[in-house]
Amino acid sequence: MIACKDAVRQLWEYLDGTVDAADRAALEDHLDRCRRCCAELEFAEELRGFLAGNADDDVPSDVMKRLNTTLEELRADDA
Amino acid sequence: MPEQKVEAAPEDRVESFQELARAQLPRLYAIARRLCGDDAEDAVQDCLLKAFERFDQLDDPDAGPAWLARVLVNCCHDRHRHDARRPVEIDFATVEEFSLYRKIALEDPFPYSDSLHLDFLGEFGPDDVREVLMMLPQLYRTPLVLVHMYGFATKELASLLDVPLGTVLARLHRGRKLFERRMWDYAEQTGMLEETPR
Repeated sequence: MIACKDAVRQLWEYLDGTVDAADRAALEDHLDRCRRCCAELEFAEELRGFLAGNADDDVPSDVMKRLNTTLEELRADDA
Repeated sequence: MPEQKVEAAPEDRVESFQELARAQLPRLYAIARRLCGDDAEDAVQDCLLKAFERFDQLDDPDAGPAWLARVLVNCCHDRHRHDARRPVEIDFATVEEFSLYRKIALEDPFPYSDSLHLDFLGEFGPDDVREVLMMLPQLYRTPLVLVHMYGFATKELASLLDVPLGTVLARLHRGRKLFERRMWDYAEQTGMLEETPR
């Protein structure tokens, strides 16, 4: 069985589906027996969701105004 | 009859570009904020001008949002090219061994919490997340932001950055580990871990 530190190192890749078949089998075997690494896996999933959930921003109105002005000032012969 | 590409009239072309770009402004700005920090507005301005110059190269209108984001990423990189060249002094052996999950469990910053790890994440608002991301070298921040926040595929990113897929995967791995490490550092530095009743 692989050690916890080797399992933890691969958790994100496991969630990505980028671990090869042999490593995946070894990791799943480890996860079947190790509650702490299962909890780490759950936390890695939370962290992924947390990142995705922090992707939006309110554009400040003055910034949006300036960006829209740039768009409105584009002319066909600018390209 | 062979299918012919219809050339849009110049005025239609301007309008088409404006329509595409206007709808994407919030997303472009959000990406730029996470890649370029305070230079975000300038990066988006660069992106709008460069993308308009090359708008003829966009064959598939449905690919417009992804195409604009690619132009933006290049603009952000151009603005921070000097950062990418700066040597990065990070002890990756230590970072590699770091586990945020275990660190939180070990330090137990909120002893009265029933959901310690989720409460830790809950302390971070969007501004805090951006601050932590900006603590990462651009080399590792870019894949983390684009893959995990904006849904870029790793293959797409390899093509965009003109590096092998293995390089993207290695940077992504380091970016994640560093992000975990810097989240803890940031929480300590900003007093997030000071005990409050829960």
